[in-house]
Amino acid sequence: MNTTRIVIEPVTRVEGHGKVTVLLDENRQVQQARLHIVEFRGFERFILGRPFWEVPVLVQRLCGICPVSHHLCAAKAMDGIVGGEALTPTAEKIRRLMHYGQMYQSHALHFFHLASPDLLFGFEADVSLRNVVAVAAKYPELVTQAVLMRKYGQEVIKHTAGKKIHGTGAIPGGVNKSLADDERRVLKDGIAQQLVWARGALKIARDYTLEHIKELAEFASFESNHVSLIRDDGALDLYHGGLRAIDADGKIIFDHLNYQAYAETFAEEVRDWSYMKFPFIRSLGPEKGWYRVGPLSRIDTADFIDTPEAEAARKEFKAVTGGRPNHLTMAYHWARMIELLHAAEKIAQLLDDPDIQGKDLVVKGKRREEWVGLIEAPRGTLFHHYKVDDRDRVVMCNLIVSTTNNNEPMNRAITKVARDHLSGVDITDGLLNRIEVAIRAYDPCLSCATHALGQMPLEVSVVDHEGRVLGSRST
Amino acid sequence: MSKARVATASLAGCFGCHMSILDIDERILTLIELIEFHKSPINDIKTFSERCAVGILEGGCCNEENVEVLRRFRENCDILIACGECAIMGGIPAMRNGIPLEECLREAYRTGPTVYNPSGRIPSDKELPLLLDRVYPVQEVVKIDYSLPGCPPSADTIWQALTALLNNEPMNLPYELIKYD
Repeated sequence: MNTTRIVIEPVTRVEGHGKVTVLLDENRQVQQARLHIVEFRGFERFILGRPFWEVPVLVQRLCGICPVSHHLCAAKAMDGIVGGEALTPTAEKIRRLMHYGQMYQSHALHFFHLASPDLLFGFEADVSLRNVVAVAAKYPELVTQAVLMRKYGQEVIKHTAGKKIHGTGAIPGGVNKSLADDERRVLKDGIAQQLVWARGALKIARDYTLEHIKELAEFASFESNHVSLIRDDGALDLYHGGLRAIDADGKIIFDHLNYQAYAETFAEEVRDWSYMKFPFIRSLGPEKGWYRVGPLSRIDTADFIDTPEAEAARKEFKAVTGGRPNHLTMAYHWARMIELLHAAEKIAQLLDDPDIQGKDLVVKGKRREEWVGLIEAPRGTLFHHYKVDDRDRVVMCNLIVSTTNNNEPMNRAITKVARDHLSGVDITDGLLNRIEVAIRAYDPCLSCATHALGQMPLEVSVVDHEGRVLGSRST
Repeated sequence: MSKARVATASLAGCFGCHMSILDIDERILTLIELIEFHKSPINDIKTFSERCAVGILEGGCCNEENVEVLRRFRENCDILIACGECAIMGGIPAMRNGIPLEECLREAYRTGPTVYNPSGRIPSDKELPLLLDRVYPVQEVVKIDYSLPGCPPSADTIWQALTALLNNEPMNLPYELIKYD
């Protein structure tokens, strides 16, 4: 293939987690942009032979940014193994509280620490401004608030999981603790302020999206299918339910699918140039069956939200597209902040529920050999599938993580950006920034920590098909 | 007085140690007064443009790129801290060390129940760095000055260690801060 490669390495050199290549055809037109995930761990193999009760604690080490999601998803799978999937009210509510705490801290981190420089300073801003330290200099109150929002979510996790990062609260068939009086009191004391801040965060995201709607309509956007967990009555549910898939017009592809049958419904294509696979809906095939997940897909897919303020926000969000699915890449942030407020409302409800101090923590039933856990993680639908032998050893493990579901969409988004903003082989700041901004809307975990603690400048080189460097620059 | 420069990197880690740095909460606002997160610790590694006082490393080395980054950190930082279990001992990713790499790749890209791979190829594009035969702790590759245990080390542990270094004081890490789980 006679192509020219432009390699953009936003995070790889040090983070080692991903890089972008823009492939040009012979006429120097953008053929494709590729996000390469360069990390390979091998969890699905090295976990084989481990006792199943270790798994919820072990697999959360896949991701330290949202470990609770892996912890709970693996625990849901192990609930089935011990025949304890019908949890006690206390166990389910403690897990939900943990999950909403996770959603709250992760969404706050994503929006403020990670994305806010793009929204506050613009896509063309100087690289010295494009980090949370610069936001702190100009908007100190906003950053203080962001830090305290994330802290509150982490405190909810600590009191339900035992530890802020990589906790141990969920066990097969239930949880190992409920809330003590003082834990409940300290969380209740904080929630009113969090609700105020969550409303403010939603307003920032909403106002930004509506003010820039024309620019954002074109930016990194494309139509797609959407997949999400859904409650029996069609409500948004981040912890449990069936799967719903809709097409670009909002028509149902499948609904209330029992996710125990996920492997008959979904497949993941292997491509030579990335360690991350490309999932698709089998019945539609790899070309047409790819889909998006995460906040945008969840708000697009749900019939309603069961907390009043988030539901009002959802209606306003839906009105923008006249009820049709919203496909804007940057609308992820608005959807994310609707969920942030939803999480705060749910935490407030649960803190008033006496069950969170119950003592009935674990159930067991008829032992099974195989079960699938599924949850909506902050970044989207997460699948964990295990088989366990009669000596308690894991003998099969299959994981489809949230960001993997968005693999094709992220590649589509950066291809769109490259087509719109690359002319010839001249690499502008605007192009580099926009590629980052597009990836960040989906937030693969690769970009997150870097940007939270400093800048994420890019290095770009233009290399022809014979490997000659035609030019390079870094920001 | 100019601010001390601090560089951080996640090698074969999960970012949990970086998240634990953020868990210092309000103290992060004090920290950014005390230090400057180096402009390009995290980008153009080949030309680490200024010398750093402290480098904080999360994760061990699972591919050639991790090794290269680690060496640049050693060359450009006065003090290197191995932060967390993966950097110190390889951690959970090192569970693959007893298994041939080929088996790990086969499980992920050929035999899984949702794999669709008609050609049977394992990802091997030239943009992908070479995987190492096993996961190496950082001190098997370069000299390390301090190790902070934990998965992750708690925010208080990281805060104590970093402020002691920045104030030129001995690290005072009582048992509560270095025990975990």
